[in-house]
Amino acid sequence: MMILSGDPPRSRALSIVLAVIVLALLATPFVFPGAKALNVAAKICIFAALVASYDLLLGYTGSVSFAHTMFYGIGSYAIAIALYGLGPNWTSVAVAVAAGLPIALLLALAIGLFSLRVEAIFFAMITLAVASAFLVLASQLSWLTGGEDGRSFQLPELLRPGTVFVGKEWFGFPINGRILTYYIVLSACALMILALLRVVNSPFGRVLQAIRENRFRAEALGYRTVFHLTYANCIAAVIAACAGMLNALWLRYAGPDTSLSFSIMLDILLMVVIGGMGTIYGAIIGAAIFILAQNYLQALMGAASLAAADAGLPLLPGLLHPDRWLLWLGLLFIASVYFFPTGVVGRLRNKPGAPG
Amino acid sequence: MTSLLSLSGVQTYIGRYHILQGVEFEVPEGQTTMLLGRNGAGKTTTLRTIMGLWQAKSGTISLAGEPIERLATPDIAQRGVGYVPESMAVFSDLTVKENLVLAARNGPLDDVQLAWIFGFFPALKKFWLSRAGSLSGGQKQMLSIARAIVEPRKLLLIDEPTKGLAPAIVMSLIECLKEIRRRGVTILLVEQNFHAARELGDQVLVMDNGAIVHQGNMGALAADVALQEQLLGLSLEAHQ
Amino acid sequence: MSGIVATDTLPKPKRDVTPLLLPVALALLMLPLIGSMSSWVTLTVASLAMGMMIFIMASGLTLVFGLMDVLNFGHGAFIAVGAYVATLVLLPLASWAQADSLMTNLAVLIPAALLSMGVTGALGLVVERVLVLPVYGQHLKQILMTTGGLIVAEQTLYALFGPQIIPLPLPTALRGSFVMGDVAVSKYRLLAMLVGLAIFVAIELVLNRTKIGLLIRAGVENREMVEALGYRIRRLFLGVFITGSALAGLGGVMWGLYREQVHASLGDELTVLVFIVVIIGGLGSVTGCFIGAIMVAMVANYGGFLVPKLALVSNILLMVAVLMWRPRGLYAVTSR
Repeated sequence: MMILSGDPPRSRALSIVLAVIVLALLATPFVFPGAKALNVAAKICIFAALVASYDLLLGYTGSVSFAHTMFYGIGSYAIAIALYGLGPNWTSVAVAVAAGLPIALLLALAIGLFSLRVEAIFFAMITLAVASAFLVLASQLSWLTGGEDGRSFQLPELLRPGTVFVGKEWFGFPINGRILTYYIVLSACALMILALLRVVNSPFGRVLQAIRENRFRAEALGYRTVFHLTYANCIAAVIAACAGMLNALWLRYAGPDTSLSFSIMLDILLMVVIGGMGTIYGAIIGAAIFILAQNYLQALMGAASLAAADAGLPLLPGLLHPDRWLLWLGLLFIASVYFFPTGVVGRLRNKPGAPG
Repeated sequence: MTSLLSLSGVQTYIGRYHILQGVEFEVPEGQTTMLLGRNGAGKTTTLRTIMGLWQAKSGTISLAGEPIERLATPDIAQRGVGYVPESMAVFSDLTVKENLVLAARNGPLDDVQLAWIFGFFPALKKFWLSRAGSLSGGQKQMLSIARAIVEPRKLLLIDEPTKGLAPAIVMSLIECLKEIRRRGVTILLVEQNFHAARELGDQVLVMDNGAIVHQGNMGALAADVALQEQLLGLSLEAHQ
Repeated sequence: MSGIVATDTLPKPKRDVTPLLLPVALALLMLPLIGSMSSWVTLTVASLAMGMMIFIMASGLTLVFGLMDVLNFGHGAFIAVGAYVATLVLLPLASWAQADSLMTNLAVLIPAALLSMGVTGALGLVVERVLVLPVYGQHLKQILMTTGGLIVAEQTLYALFGPQIIPLPLPTALRGSFVMGDVAVSKYRLLAMLVGLAIFVAIELVLNRTKIGLLIRAGVENREMVEALGYRIRRLFLGVFITGSALAGLGGVMWGLYREQVHASLGDELTVLVFIVVIIGGLGSVTGCFIGAIMVAMVANYGGFLVPKLALVSNILLMVAVLMWRPRGLYAVTSR
């Protein structure tokens, strides 16, 4: 599966898994009917791209940033504010893109350059603080952002569910604006992931890896690490912002809870680690596992919890309660970091966890 | 002449770099052994490996017959090994007094020992309550050595003590080390200053490319100019 | 110890006092902006009290990082756990807490605090052995593991105590204020200040007057050399980690009473503040942490009064400003 980038999955098992995921996503509107399945599929696409952009930072440059959701949020809000304020048409979308991406870029530049002035260790803590501040800002500027409630809006006519292109007569499945939106989301995310694969396999990407291994040495070898790190930050930020835009278009809504909250940041971390850091493919797998679990595991847990309650067992009903699914994923996360640092992808490629 | 310390086949890697490539030598008890060699030969690495700060990948290190290559640094130190690193490593935020109190692990500072130390290094008495960070380079070196001798040790590992010091201080240092030798302490000393080396050394080891290329009596080496040139690249006299 | 008399001392290196003056300067600066003396006193006392509580929570984190080079992103979990454990004592014994006598109140408060510290200390032991030790020296993994620990801890708290907010009323004797003329000083805030100050003094005494403190100070500077002097300093690490966790727990109890409610999200909101404080103060410096905590609390309180919407943002600005002046924090201690 050598698509464009020359970085094949390098493993039979991995290729099969990826193929299955991709095919399932392509065929969802027809094979898995219903709004929920479509939502799950769209979310997988969007998060795959978002997490892949984060993998560029975490897996390839080795820097832990807790501010990635900020860029995601900028993209979401750009679309929401534009379509809400300027009307539901393609011009507004264009305006959103033209405004949102540069803002994300500038912010990434600022963070990147500031991080170089302080120790790498401070970086993680500072991004956490900055992200929290951004969240508060978004909630406070409610005249612009809709505050805690967020911003709902209408889509351009082409994308609305009401717009039907091909009626129910065609194999029984209507092709409407919603389906169109879905395929736009799918292809955009696919393109971004392929672009990332291209980037990490280019000479630029290899320098990033050199920097991750030993920054001092890379500098001694003559690479301008400042440039490389900042550039990587910018690429990741732009892709995250695009993912945010797609997210807003899909949900027809942007709000702190869907784009800026710390729990989303943690979700990203979970996905990238479980899937496999430094692989890009790991993002796809991690996103699929996580979002499927988030939507379908909870039902399972609910049943288990009730069963435990019926059996009169202490503690277990509480621990198995569907709302606590994050606890189990958290445990899986810890186990992944320690036992499988290369994640699912690493396992499939038969590389047992190598010391970080 | 029994050997207090002996190394055999020691290989140490730092990352991917193979620094020590089969180091082998003996340090006789009660004598001062000099470890000489060019920069980058592996002398500091040898001392650090003995001290357990870096673990040898293979080979054995014995202290008084007991293998220590797998021991952790504190355990090695507790067996009576003192270490004076090249960087001196005085605790800048602590006073001179606190530095020495810390070094005297087994009990309160011994007055007699202190008086002896002050005899060689009066500056330490003068700046007893001052922060070690505010001392001059030479004074820090004195403190670093004092730390190693404030309690009786069996073996001292000293890394380039005279580097960057004024000649007068170097003389005090040499006198101090001679006195320590007289008291029967075994010393393994890395030194670039050949004059000091000749004054202090009973035995000499020359190291190159991570292995020992010469082992013998210091007097013999000092007398053989041709050998010195071959091993060290410059004659004795030129070095002074 | 022998009676060594220093025959001479170098002129004492100029003690770095500028940072110490910052909170004072800030407070004085605020007086004209706030206008009324009584409001200013209330806000200043609130700042000092809040600052002390944050200091208690943050002191452990800064020492652990300075000494052990360990980044515990899950530190907030100890704070939350501390608060919840306190409810286990204070709520069943509510009658004692609500009695009008200071003695009775203390009889229930002190055990609650001690229990919290015990539980969080024990939790600290577990965390250190299970999450920190295995990835010792690998910063990236440490951050990830401890973040994972935070998630698991928070979810477990929800599972055990339920997701709702638990009210925690202040004991009666600590409610209300001392009134002096125009000015009212909250009793609880006064207590918080005293406790915080006591802990600060205790930490400073241990660090400066005991051998363990000597080891910690030396270890923060150069771990290797301390080991080369024959000390198994790794054992000390565990002790410091446990103490830091217990202190965080105590901070959690105090904060829970301050807000009169307990919820697992406590950990999250305080984690950010604690991190900012530790960064501002300089990793490894207790004094820096103390000043940082007071300043952060001042910015939150004065800022909250003057420009309510921007409290958290102003703390970020404070952090950026401090780092621009001193990129490693107010007092950079470690040699790293």
